[in-house]
Amino acid sequence: MDFLKDPLKLAADWLIGLMTGWGMPEGVAAGVAAFLGIFVLIAILMVIDIFLVWLERKVVARFQDRIGPNRLGPFGLIQPFADIIKLLIKEDITPANADKVVYNLAPMLSMMSVLILWAIIPLAPSMLGVDLNVAALYIIATGAIGTLSIIMAGWSSNNKFALLGAFRQVAVMVSFEIPMVASLLIPTVLAGSMGMNAIIEKQDIWFFILSPLGALIFLIAAIAELGRAPFDMGEAESELISGYNVEYSGMKFGMFYAGELLHAFTFGGFWGILFFGGYRFFGLEQVSPFLSIPILLFKAVIGYWIIMWVKYTMMRIRIDHMLAFNWKFLTPLSFALLIVTALVHALAKDAALWVYGLSMFLSNLVLGWIVVEFLRRYSRAEREKVEGPARPAMEAAGH
Amino acid sequence: MTTAQIIFLVVAAVTLVSAFMVVTTRNLIHAALWLVATLFGVAVTYALLNANFLAVVQVVVYIGAIAILFIFAVMLTRKEMRDQGPQLNSAWWISALLAVLTFGGLVGMLWGWKGMDTLASEMPVGFDSVSALGDALISPNAFVLPFEVASVLLLAALVGAVYVAFNPRSGDSRK
Amino acid sequence: MIPLSWYLIFAAGLFSLGLFGVLARRNAVAILLGVELMLNAVNINLAAFWRYGNVTDMTGQVFAIIVFAVAAAEVAVGLALVISVYRSRNTVVADEIDMLKW
Repeated sequence: MDFLKDPLKLAADWLIGLMTGWGMPEGVAAGVAAFLGIFVLIAILMVIDIFLVWLERKVVARFQDRIGPNRLGPFGLIQPFADIIKLLIKEDITPANADKVVYNLAPMLSMMSVLILWAIIPLAPSMLGVDLNVAALYIIATGAIGTLSIIMAGWSSNNKFALLGAFRQVAVMVSFEIPMVASLLIPTVLAGSMGMNAIIEKQDIWFFILSPLGALIFLIAAIAELGRAPFDMGEAESELISGYNVEYSGMKFGMFYAGELLHAFTFGGFWGILFFGGYRFFGLEQVSPFLSIPILLFKAVIGYWIIMWVKYTMMRIRIDHMLAFNWKFLTPLSFALLIVTALVHALAKDAALWVYGLSMFLSNLVLGWIVVEFLRRYSRAEREKVEGPARPAMEAAGH
Repeated sequence: MTTAQIIFLVVAAVTLVSAFMVVTTRNLIHAALWLVATLFGVAVTYALLNANFLAVVQVVVYIGAIAILFIFAVMLTRKEMRDQGPQLNSAWWISALLAVLTFGGLVGMLWGWKGMDTLASEMPVGFDSVSALGDALISPNAFVLPFEVASVLLLAALVGAVYVAFNPRSGDSRK
Repeated sequence: MIPLSWYLIFAAGLFSLGLFGVLARRNAVAILLGVELMLNAVNINLAAFWRYGNVTDMTGQVFAIIVFAVAAAEVAVGLALVISVYRSRNTVVADEIDMLKW
């Protein structure tokens, strides 16, 4: 029964017991066990990553009315392994005038910035790397390392397209960090803590219901942070070939690619954790971690699918539109939402649960309605400036 | 020697070496990247001091914003110096002497102080330094005024930076 | 356990390196890099004194955060000035920026 309740602790205790039996000091044994835990987690993540390649290709194929990989193995499941073998045996080119050290460091940093995110993801109540009390900010901090890896890749490639792509991408990432922080503060306000476990435990009602706008802002900021369409200015195949990673080949490119996929999956997971109750599902998480891990992974895949859905149905937005969207719309909105959330939370937190939930939801709805109304007026005014007084036919055609 | 001491010594050595590279490297982009390494070392030092919040904010603010800003600024002002010509001015040895004297003076001054060998007390059980910090920052009888002044300073700096760096020639024609 | 002196000497070293950078570098951006090192050294001291003093008194951490804000403001304005000067004078060497000297 103990094994079902807390397998990780049991395994760690057994390992430490084994190693101290060999005459290892307690501290060293604990360190080795922790290291092994990290190693196993990263290995599992890498395997998941391989199948994400397959998933992504399959899903994009369906969106584009194709079948996708279907030759190797059942449903083309062996295809990603063939892809990896291709990447591994490809010639590894470093441009002649590249800054070698920085050039080789960038893909590693890119992958690392994704992997260290998993240190704070709670797979089950007892299963997480560290229960940091600043976990929400930790997400932003790893994003900062990702930003750094992109500018390193763009600069060290000594290629003007790579540098342009990196500039654009970094401008987007740095500016979308602000609505990201503000939307991360909403679960923090609602739960009264930045710790991931504390945020999940507080979600007797999903935070998505308490703050749908916050969840939406987080999703938009996350997509921008990931650099996926419609915010993939940094890659923009048609203008910049493929942006900051244009000079990379073989497995170094593979690291960027795999890092991007895993990053998207991870942010799907964070969306699930912060707004959809993480590993909680009608008390099932109390039974065993073996149930809560699939629940969390399922929510992560749903989040990942939504990110893919957005990516493959939206057009790329121009860089100035994108930055204007962030600074003139998303940032003020996220701050307004934060203020409203904090106010309603302070006023209604002692009321009955349904009153609290309803007032939270309604305040979000009202704010959303005000924003939509404001946008409608603004776009109508802009349109009238260009086209003269409103003409119904033109309105239908759009502009 | 305990594990904590070994970790501290390694982190301090890496940080100081990177700081040395920051002030001596010819290539300014490399200097900025070495600065990132230094800042990361300082973040680890905060973590060793149980100041979680400071460690994370160090990475967010310094590496995520300030270091990136430096790299951008170096790229925008690169044409002229292009890593050739002396990077240090002619009186650099006076500066080195002054730096060594400062270090010697600080250490010498600290040597005689009796608080030098203080060991940290255990963190109180159940004490959450992040929430205590949050309370201190917004409590009227603690630091709410400095905190607000700092935010006004940031706003002023933001407006000032945009005004100073704005190039009227390449600016938007509508303005 | 690490004695307080280790942190203080580490911070003193970092401060001196930053001082050297500020005094000896010719490039204005590099001078600002030195200033960042000095501010970080000060912050290490503040955090160390918080940890080794009364932990429940948050003064040290609050001051460190205000130093963060000041550093961010300083870099934003400083780099804007450097870029502005570079536009009008085409140089970032501190010795050559002498428009106010007669």
